[in-house]
Amino acid sequence: MAVTTSTPPDTQAPAAPPEPRRRKRSAANVWLGVVAWVVGIAFFFPVFWMVLTSFKTEADAYTTTPKIIFEPTLEQYEGVFSSGVGPYLVNSVIATVFSTLLVLLLGIPAAFAVSLRPVKKTQDVLFFFISTKMLPVVAVIVPIYVVVNQIGMLDNIWTLVVLYTGMNLPIAVWMMRSFFLEVPGELLEQASIDGAPLWRTLREIVLPIISPGIFATALICVIFAWNEFFFAVNLTAANAGTVPVFLVGFITSEGLYWAQLSAAATMAALPVVIAGWVAQNKLVQGLSFGAVK
Amino acid sequence: MTATLEERPAARENAGGTPAIDRAEGWRRRGPLLPALIFTIIVTQIPFILTLYYSLQSWNLVRPGSQEFVWFSNYLDVFTDSQFRTVALNTVVMTLGSVLIAVVLGLLLALLLNRQFVGRGVVRTLLITPFLITPVAAALLWKTVLLDPTLGLINFVLTPFGGSGTEWISNYPLASVMAALIWQWTPFMMLLLLAGLQSMPTDQLEAARVDGASAFSTFRELTLPHLRRFIELGVVLGTIYLVNIFDQVYMMTQGGPGVASANLPFYIYQRAFLGFDIGQSAAMGVVVVILTLIAANFALRLIFRSFSGEQEAA
Repeated sequence: MAVTTSTPPDTQAPAAPPEPRRRKRSAANVWLGVVAWVVGIAFFFPVFWMVLTSFKTEADAYTTTPKIIFEPTLEQYEGVFSSGVGPYLVNSVIATVFSTLLVLLLGIPAAFAVSLRPVKKTQDVLFFFISTKMLPVVAVIVPIYVVVNQIGMLDNIWTLVVLYTGMNLPIAVWMMRSFFLEVPGELLEQASIDGAPLWRTLREIVLPIISPGIFATALICVIFAWNEFFFAVNLTAANAGTVPVFLVGFITSEGLYWAQLSAAATMAALPVVIAGWVAQNKLVQGLSFGAVK
Repeated sequence: MTATLEERPAARENAGGTPAIDRAEGWRRRGPLLPALIFTIIVTQIPFILTLYYSLQSWNLVRPGSQEFVWFSNYLDVFTDSQFRTVALNTVVMTLGSVLIAVVLGLLLALLLNRQFVGRGVVRTLLITPFLITPVAAALLWKTVLLDPTLGLINFVLTPFGGSGTEWISNYPLASVMAALIWQWTPFMMLLLLAGLQSMPTDQLEAARVDGASAFSTFRELTLPHLRRFIELGVVLGTIYLVNIFDQVYMMTQGGPGVASANLPFYIYQRAFLGFDIGQSAAMGVVVVILTLIAANFALRLIFRSFSGEQEAA
């Protein structure tokens, strides 16, 4: 913040002269723009093809020369629903929504404590949080399985809610910490002089300022929870399976139901693709633990 | 206004050291942190301690009552297991290979996107989509629609070049999995490096242009040194995330043929959930953690550096 207040005089000066230069380079810019478009479309193409295939009949999907023109149909989506995706969708929604809420419930006060009013030890805690993300999940899956089995929580969606909360909490604390640091300090000082209790300071002053950041954090937690597969495939079966677990069923029927597979994959991916598009400006900040803005 | 802004970081850093904060105030400040801390310890640390404990036992779930304490014999088995060595090597190749290729491609894309052109926002949105797709769905997409030997799009595109009929997944299982990983992770690297490019001081670039420096030498002498921190961060973060990759291996190859495309997470999964060998898989988990710790130590230092750099700038 101090940097931005000091920079305007510097940035204003060079802004005027380069106008003619820019025009000279514009031809190259146009070509590089075209290249960027081509590459962008190439990267996106498999996704586009998946969505397109999901509206085909199996006969249209299963051709040696890929078909672009065909009569769109919704029968694949009907097929996915009639093959029982419903409960899996419900489980995914429960696991995603409740783990994200729990992350925010635990993470907002924690991020507040490590950013706005830190004591020495809290910085160590911050690094403890990040270090848990470096612990490979495979190293803990065995005891988690054994313990969950012993307490009778296998194939229970709330087990996933707890694990996803643990998985996302460190990222959320780091990400929200970087948003909290953007809150002007004098507002907080004023509140503490007025003698407002902590929770009221949080609710009335801090939260409104950082709510866009919290929203982005929540979206990133949603993406990770929705996409998670390792815990889900090992700890759930018929009752608590999530959408990625449902998709596994399509490996066995490989080659036979491409259109239906595409419809199922599209349904699985759509919610997080939208969440990610919305959160794209904060995506890097979240995944780099706030190290990059 | 400027005065308060300058004071803030200093006040924050010293907050812990000032004797003015008494014990009660200290706990009041720490209090909001405790629920999250306790939760994280229970969910992540206790299972790991149990892993250490299990790794010293011979315990197979299919044979009830087989549990007994065997000290380090599981570790001995792990290190004499030639499959484990293959899988460990696969993990290194898969992780570092995918990360490095993704960083190079991501850098090229970031340079392309770091200029004005029509529809830049749309192109960026298109580019990040592979990163957002559910990994299981992405793996299915690669296995069938893209890499299928007879009907896959890749072979269709390659037909005019005489490349049709290649059985990608059976013949090049590791490379196929890596292709899917690179497709998903290049966008992340691009976003990270684009953030790096956009944080470059423009006056330096203007000065170089005024001095008549060529685009290439500007890139090599100004852009690349500035991006170094972001490239390092990309490599480290990519490694942390990709060393744990499981979904793509599970969906595309099941680690096969043999263990040709298995990585450590998948191999441990096989041992634990198909072989029910708790002791063995716990020991492998511990070995993975030790290997990761070496990388993570480096990672933490790097993130700490970015973190303290950010405080200096604040």
